[in-house]
This record gives sequence, structure tokens and C-alpha cells, in this order.
Amino acid sequence: MSPLLSVRDLDVKFQITRPGDMPWTRPRYLHAVNGVDFDLEPGKTLGVVGESGCGKSTLARGLIQMVPATGQVLWRGETDLLSLSPRRMKPFRSEIQMVFQDPLASLNPRMTLGRIIAEPLATHRPDISASERRRRVAGMMERVGLLPQMINRYPHEFSGGQCQRIGIARALIAEPKLLICDEPVSALDVSIQAQVVELLKELQRDLGLAMIFIAHDLSVVKNISDEVMVLFLGRIMEKAPKAQLYDNPQHPYTQALLSAVPIPDPVAERAKRIVPMTGDMPSPMNPPSGCVFRGRCPRAQEDCARIVPQPEGGVHRVACLHPGPLQAGEVA
Amino acid sequence: MSLLQIENLSVTFDGDDGPVHAVNDLSLAIDRGETLGIVGESGSGKSQTAFSVMGLLAPNGRTEGSVRFDGQELLGAEPKLLNRIRAERIAMIFQDPMTSLNPYMRISKQMTEVLTLHQGMSKRAALAESVRMLDAVKIPAAKERIRLFPHEFSGGMRQRVMIAMSLLCKPDLLIADEPTTALDVTVQAQIMDLLGDLQQDFGMATILITHDLGVVAGFCERVLVLYGGRVMEQGPTEPLFAEPTHPYTRGLLDAVPRVDDADAAMKAIPGNPPNMAAPPEGCPFRPRCGFAGEDCRVMPPLAPFAQSRARACQRPVAEVTA
Repeated sequence: MSPLLSVRDLDVKFQITRPGDMPWTRPRYLHAVNGVDFDLEPGKTLGVVGESGCGKSTLARGLIQMVPATGQVLWRGETDLLSLSPRRMKPFRSEIQMVFQDPLASLNPRMTLGRIIAEPLATHRPDISASERRRRVAGMMERVGLLPQMINRYPHEFSGGQCQRIGIARALIAEPKLLICDEPVSALDVSIQAQVVELLKELQRDLGLAMIFIAHDLSVVKNISDEVMVLFLGRIMEKAPKAQLYDNPQHPYTQALLSAVPIPDPVAERAKRIVPMTGDMPSPMNPPSGCVFRGRCPRAQEDCARIVPQPEGGVHRVACLHPGPLQAGEVA
Repeated sequence: MSLLQIENLSVTFDGDDGPVHAVNDLSLAIDRGETLGIVGESGSGKSQTAFSVMGLLAPNGRTEGSVRFDGQELLGAEPKLLNRIRAERIAMIFQDPMTSLNPYMRISKQMTEVLTLHQGMSKRAALAESVRMLDAVKIPAAKERIRLFPHEFSGGMRQRVMIAMSLLCKPDLLIADEPTTALDVTVQAQIMDLLGDLQQDFGMATILITHDLGVVAGFCERVLVLYGGRVMEQGPTEPLFAEPTHPYTRGLLDAVPRVDDADAAMKAIPGNPPNMAAPPEGCPFRPRCGFAGEDCRVMPPLAPFAQSRARACQRPVAEVTA
């Protein structure tokens, strides 16, 4: 089966200063996403994790041309989405939908719930009659756990969890094949997070959706993903099937990240050893030579400054010159 | 005598749509050098409890009950007394270090101000002490970086500055309100580690307010679980996590995925958090509770049931833990 989405060498650069802002200024770039590639099969979930500023949201936005990106984003092995004009991209937009982090901010406060959910249908499927649209909206509302009498209410009348359900209903009404969720549960309360994750998994099962699930919470990503990709400063550090990445991480960054996750169990949490990371996040405007992680890496050696490691390996890919399981001397 | 003793605290806000009871009949005590975690979701009243201790409630907030710090009543105390206690004995750090620091002032000025104002130190001595404190929170090159503005620091470094500033007057009690929520996990681990070290070195009592059960599990000796402005359960951390006896605590622990669990399972609690303007009758958790019955329309008192543990639930322990 050919993948639903094949991404090759995806780059997103933001121009920070333009040439000619001042006579002496040269263009400066922020390289937010750097050479990312992955395949996504239909019905599968790719988790994308990393700390703030690692480019995980920009990656998602680059895929659907919300920010200018270069490289190749092959849809169903046929169409390179990045080569399309906005007009020719439009039919593909109903196939790829997004759910955003801030549930309230991503809904128009002046529109009723019914109109919000119906809008993608009105845009992408103008052939559908108004009565059919109403029927589908009602069906979708029931599907995501919203009550029929809520249809004329406004976003501010809902709790965060309910707003996220509205966001999910809006994304799914156009019957997409790929759902990109950008931190969909991080603004929600713990007890509501589980509701939304369960809903997403159930919808994925029933509708055969592929998902890209972006989050900084490694435990939630572990729950929902089939494969997980770890980003640092716009580059892939490690990518592997879930079980391998969590049980046998090979990259020192993945190891440090996993060891820092707090465990809600006093015995396990206090017995746990943390892999210390030195220094601060490097500036994306002025990234280090060689491996971008080397400034914080316990294994960094002289060659790490010269060679940019590429993600290598079959299903378990690691971008590191000195990969391997965690060593005893590396924990605090 | 406990360092801080809160008895039957209620916090009510008068709004346009009638009163909102944010905290109901809350009692807690914390001893010198102790670490207490207050866990709850948004709207559970955890921050308002801290704000009423500090006299920082919004103008439309009313308090009832008693908050005694080292024997002194803080509710309704003169601003002069409150100011002295807030300056010298209780310190607080907040979730967002950027909005708690003044963006127009150099760190040096913001820190030395505390010492010159409250302790009457000379500027030179205050600066030396501030640098020492920045060293204590492990900010590299503190001597140079103290001249910088807040925006020149990363989020984690800003929170370190906040912690350093709160410790300047060697408080007896530190209230940390979601201190790591805005930070990345690796930075969170560093900050919690640092807070643990400082807590040992300075011997201050610490109240950690958070929604993150993992952070509480690592840091606190005792935990208080809040829901809908009421205490659901409290007790020493280990037995409370090992055998939660309140349906809400159980639900919460089941809802949080564990990264060391093979599936990182999450089990949702059905329903939504209570609307505090129109809370449910009786136990606030009743509409979402799998154990609820008619008798739950009456709020049960927080009753002790085992070694320093207490719970507020109509169901017997054995039924909930079975």
C-alpha cells in the first residue's frame, strides 16, 4: 500500500531581515524545519514531540502551505502539494484538516456552533443542499458528543473540552483522510484530556483517519501514536515505532526527554534517574555547526561539531554519530 | 503549632450573575519545613486558596474562616502587617515568569529593590546578595547576567530569577503556583530539582499548587486533592497515590497516562467540571461519579480514616478501593 503522505526533505525558512531593509542589511533566515522526511500510512498516527521552538507546529503548517515550505509533500503518491497553486490546492484542503491547541481562540466568537461546524461543508462541498448540510452537522455533533440543543449557542458558552469537540467536529465534517492535531489536549484539564484522546482514537478507528499528533506531552503521545518522531531545532533526532522509541531510545536527546517526564507515582518518580542536559536551547537564528544537539549532549565529541548526522536506519532511525542505549554514567 | 493553619476558609466572588463560591470550607495545616501539594483542575479553587493567604484576592472576593500564620490572623489583617509578612516571611512564585517580572527593569534593580526596601540593605550589599542568590539558583555568569532585562532570559532562566527573588528574604513559607506549567519537560525537571535542593538548604515550608500529579509525586510529602472548591481527599503522598480512597482521586490517577506504562493508558472521567456559578447540590463530584447515590446530595465532611489521612465521601473506603 502506498503511503497517504510522503514527505521528503521538507524545509521551512523564515526571512527575519530582508535585503534592503537598510542599505547594509543582508537577508537573515530562521531555519525552522530542516530536511524532515517521513511517510504516513492511512489510518495510522504519527506523533511529533519536542520542546518549544523545535519546529513541530511549523512542520504541520508547512505541510499544508500555511507557511511557505520547500521540499516534497506527496499526497497518495501522486500529487506534490507544495507544487500546487492556492487554487489547485483547494480540493486537497478538505482532505487534510487541522485541530488547534487553543480551543476557544480557534473558533469564531460571532458564529454559532452550527455555523462553525457547517462552514467547511459550505466551502468545500457547495453542491450539498442546506437540508443535507444540517443533517450532516447534526450527525457530526452527535458523533463527537455535543447535544442537539447546543446548535445555536456561541463558543464562549462552552467549556474548553466542549470547544475542542467543536473543533474536531469542524475538522471532520469535510470527511478528511488526514487530521493534523497541533497540541489538541494541552490546554485542557487532565480529566478532559482523556475524553478528547479517547474520542480522537474512536473517530480514527471508525473513519480510517490518518493523524499527525503534535504534542509536548510524551505520555499522551505514547498513548495515541503508532510511530513517534522527535524533533530538535527543526531536525529529526529519532523516529521509530512507539514501542521501540519509548523502550529502547537510541538518541541522547530522546533519552534526556523521556527521563524528564514526571511519573504520577511517588515510588517510581523518586527512584527515577534524570539524564541531565547542559546549557540552554541553541538559537535557531545561529544554530551550532554539525549536530544541533551537541551543545547539550552528554556524548558530544569533536566529530559532532564537523558532521551533521542524518537520520539513519530502517524503521528505527537515529540522527546521531554516537547512538546507543543509555549508559550508566549518563544519569544524574 | 502549625506554621500556617487554614480553618474553614470560604472564598466567594460577587459577580453580575450572583455569587460564585470558589472555595468552600477548606481547612489545611502545614508545618515548618514541610512540603504540601495542592492538586486540582482549573476552577477547583487551588489558586484562590493561595491568593487569600497572601491577601491577593480580586476586589470582589470575600473570605470567611481563618488563616493563621505563625499564630497571626491574616484574613482581614491591616495592609501594613500583611505587607511585612509578605515581604519577609511568605513568598510566592507564579506560573508565568514573564508576566511576573517587570519588563522595563533590569533584573539587578528588581532584585535589589526587595532587599533595600524590606531589609534596609545598602545598594552594594543588596547587589552582592542578589548575585549570590542567582548563583544559588544556578544561573551561569550571574554577576554579568544580573544586568540584563527579563526578555533576555529563556523561560526556564526567568523562572530561576523568580525563585531567586522569592528567596531573597529567606521566607518561612514559599507558595509556588504552577511554577513549571509554562516550561518544557526538561526545564521542568531542572526547576523541580532546584526547588527540592533549595527547600532542603533553606528549610522553608513549601506549598506546591499544580495540576500535574507527576510533579506532586516527586516533590511533596503530603497532598490535598481539591475539586469544585472542596477538599476531596488528603494524606501523605505515598499511601494516597498507592491507594486513593476518593472516587475523584482514583479517576484522576486513571486519567493521567504514565510514560513508563506500556500503553500509557488513559481512562476518561465522564462529564464536565462543575460550573461554579451554579454548583451541583451536595458533593461537587456527584454528577461525574460512578459511586454516587441519593445520599451524595448532602456534602459529607472531611473525615479522618487512617494515619493522617482524611476523605470527604459518603461511600465507605472499602467500596471505593475494591
